[in-house]
Amino acid sequence: MNKDNKLTRRSLLASTFAGACALTLAGCQKLSESTWFSKILGAGEKATYKVQRLLLPRKAMAQEFADADRSPQFRSNGTSTPNNPQYQALAANGFAGFRLEVGGLVDRPMSFSLADLRALPSRTQTTRHDCVEGWSAIGKWKGVRLGALIETVRPKPNVRYVVFHCADPMEEDGSSPYYESIDMEDAFHPQTILAYEMNDQTLPVANGAPLRLRLERQLGYKMAKYVMRLELVEDYSKIAGGKGGYWEDQGYEWYAGI
Amino acid sequence: MNARGFPSWLTLPGVQWLAMARRWHMFFAWALAITSICYVSYSVISRHLRRDLLPTKKDWRSIGNTVKDHFFFRHPTGDAAKNYNVLQKLAYLSVIFMLFPLVVLNGLGMSPGMDALFSGWVDFFGGRQSMRTIHFIVSWALVAFTAVHLFQVVVTGFWNNLRSMITGKYRVPPEARHE
Repeated sequence: MNKDNKLTRRSLLASTFAGACALTLAGCQKLSESTWFSKILGAGEKATYKVQRLLLPRKAMAQEFADADRSPQFRSNGTSTPNNPQYQALAANGFAGFRLEVGGLVDRPMSFSLADLRALPSRTQTTRHDCVEGWSAIGKWKGVRLGALIETVRPKPNVRYVVFHCADPMEEDGSSPYYESIDMEDAFHPQTILAYEMNDQTLPVANGAPLRLRLERQLGYKMAKYVMRLELVEDYSKIAGGKGGYWEDQGYEWYAGI
Repeated sequence: MNARGFPSWLTLPGVQWLAMARRWHMFFAWALAITSICYVSYSVISRHLRRDLLPTKKDWRSIGNTVKDHFFFRHPTGDAAKNYNVLQKLAYLSVIFMLFPLVVLNGLGMSPGMDALFSGWVDFFGGRQSMRTIHFIVSWALVAFTAVHLFQVVVTGFWNNLRSMITGKYRVPPEARHE
């Protein structure tokens, strides 16, 4: 074999390789955009949800930290001032007129003022908040235990999820209010609280005043801020985009334990 | 939106699309977990691990010569080509029992759900952001291993190697005359 031949073969191999790479990449882009393939990839989320639920004891606790470990500043992500006149009127009045509505599949729909919520069993915890974008922050939270709150409205036996309806619109025109949903196992976890205090202060507007969810075994986007209403449901497929949350409707996983 | 850490031909998907990237990542994390469990248990049960991968006393003694052979790009011929050489064995063992476990432990440690399973797991690796760094560096080490591995597969007889991986039949390279 002479030198020229070798070179041709090498360049042929190289261009075949480059061509194959380009095809693969173009193919992956097409696959990402297709619904059927995205569904197949979604099997990963289902497996993670099932296996983590199987592995984790119901009451397995997220790590808690000392006061000294807290981040100097707890970042405000997503909405920091809800573009909603009704919310702004409540905020201007120090949330004196705020009522948290709790309804849906319950025997006794109720509404609670902040004073009512403070009278219910509470929990204080210093935990790490992990954002899907990669940053983390440690903060101290105090709030009403969601399990205790739900028990007071007597949920019907077929309830499977708690939906959190929020005051912050995600579109500029004031539409698409943020919402989230969690299952009953998470709702009754001891660390799942609706926080009204952060770092020993009344919860600031930037971090979700007057109430935000703390769901310590999942990622930050699950922890809805500006919570106005809880709805107990059997199925969330009829709510907004049907995927169980604002970011879920944009393609993020409903189970964000990873 | 325009600032990118990596060029688009290197990322999956090519556009910045975190939700879809996570789907790819978590799906193939499961593919890795399942194939790894199958491979390691089969290797232990079939004694592939003991027979082919653990270095023997003779291997340890030959380590100097093997390094020299690699340095001069001499590939084993005859019966010597039937077994992995000691550097190969050490490379495979460290990939299987060090790099893959490290990448999995540090990846899973970033899961707020799995964190609740064992306390101290995250602190052991120096906190969540350290785990992110270790996960990233070890992933690149695996890419580097794969590149060298594929290179060796090609230069030591591509079709013969491929056939032996799939069928177990390996044609011993003829004794070459070293000039």
